[in-house]
Amino acid sequence: MKWLAAFGAFVLGTLAAIGRVAIFSGQTASHLLRPPFYLREFGQALMNVGYLSLPVVGLTTIFTGGALALQIYAGGARFNAEAVVPQIVAIGMVRELGPVLVGLMIAARVTSSIAAEIATMKVTEQIDALVTLSTNPMAYLVLPRVLAGLLVVPLLTGIGDIIGIMGGWLVATQTLGFNSAAYLDNTINFLEASDIWSSLAKGAVFGTIATLMGCYFGMGSGRGAQGVGRATKSSVQAAAVLILAANFLLTGVFFSS
Amino acid sequence: MIELNDVRKSFGDNHVLRGVDLSIPKGESLVIIGGSGTGKSVALKCILGLIRPDSGSITLDGRDAFTGDRDAYLQRFGMLFQGGALFDSLPVWQNVAFRLQRGALKRPADEAREIAIEKLRRVGLKSDVADRYPAELSGGMQKRVGLARAIAAEPEIIFFDEPTTGLDPIMAGVINDLIREIVVEMGATALTITHDMSSVRAIADKVAMLHDGVIKWHGPKEDMDASGNAHLDQFIHGRAEGPIEAVR
Repeated sequence: MKWLAAFGAFVLGTLAAIGRVAIFSGQTASHLLRPPFYLREFGQALMNVGYLSLPVVGLTTIFTGGALALQIYAGGARFNAEAVVPQIVAIGMVRELGPVLVGLMIAARVTSSIAAEIATMKVTEQIDALVTLSTNPMAYLVLPRVLAGLLVVPLLTGIGDIIGIMGGWLVATQTLGFNSAAYLDNTINFLEASDIWSSLAKGAVFGTIATLMGCYFGMGSGRGAQGVGRATKSSVQAAAVLILAANFLLTGVFFSS
Repeated sequence: MIELNDVRKSFGDNHVLRGVDLSIPKGESLVIIGGSGTGKSVALKCILGLIRPDSGSITLDGRDAFTGDRDAYLQRFGMLFQGGALFDSLPVWQNVAFRLQRGALKRPADEAREIAIEKLRRVGLKSDVADRYPAELSGGMQKRVGLARAIAAEPEIIFFDEPTTGLDPIMAGVINDLIREIVVEMGATALTITHDMSSVRAIADKVAMLHDGVIKWHGPKEDMDASGNAHLDQFIHGRAEGPIEAVR
């Protein structure tokens, strides 16, 4: 019976955690329509989540696009299908690798930094100080970051998709003997609008998950350095797992037919 | 007048406040003393609404602390936190003028900065500190900035949470004197929690001792040394023997 009790405790714990995240999300969303709005904090969040993430997104996707081209060429050669490199790189990057890699990079770079920053603010009583200064921490700290994730990560995903495709193009034209114009033609002609919209939609969901998890675990941090460390670790774990799970669900929704 | 009636608060099995009754008349400086972990900070945070008590009532001028306009309620308070709680991401002047840059008390940026610099001067800091970040300041300077922030919007009530913790005795004396001067000058109601007896003697009009979740003694500072209260005597003389267990 011990295993049953443990399983029950796990289920209850999971449901309680889902409930807490749902309440936290609802509280965050409720400030969308209620002033005051903190535009300066929103601007800073846009810079931090978007602009400052560009280098890591660019490097990750260009190398992945290049590696993908090499793999598809090598695999395709087994059944004389080397010519499909542009099409498969394009669809692989736009539908799957672009949004997932950008989501995971945002989880690594942004989720961790948001969680550590807010957790440190909590431990050093800065969150309490905000409240005593008549400033709601959900409106001041959480909403600008989550909104920035929702709006700017799709943009990053689009940029990541393009850079990834260019990585494949670079490898294909420089080492695999593809014609540059034909490669780009094949890429553009093969991609459909739904591929691009699904990629951007995934980016919006992943950006929201990544920033929300950083804020949720930061605000719920325990005391001391250990509390900050645990909040940071948990936020990245949760964001990465939720991004991959959401990717599976969204892929099913967008492409199952 | 701030009034606490039978305020109780527990965290799990830990019954921190077991029925606190306390009143602080307008313009009075009350210091709550007590050992570490006796619930001083919890009592203070309950008054501010940062922690909701399990039962009992807290009123300010007869109005319940947890109903009505929270912003209007909090605008009447200033607070100096134990560690300063300055916002790392903002320069000093924006920390001081935080309340003056948003909400009902919002002023133009130039005016807010001027007020911040004036308050920094009031706590003994030069204007060149205004553009520095909290991490660039010493502990004593951070306390002064925290004090400047607490008084920036000229609140009616100021709370001081362990104002001298972590400071050397000379700086602690300077901060105590500043607090006393500012409270008298502003005519503010002050509530300080501390276990530093030099702070008590410098700041207090009245003293309350919190132990085991209840107020064990409450009276004028002058009566403290001859109170005849065993708990208070042990605490103010720092004796290991007495009704307060030395090992908690």
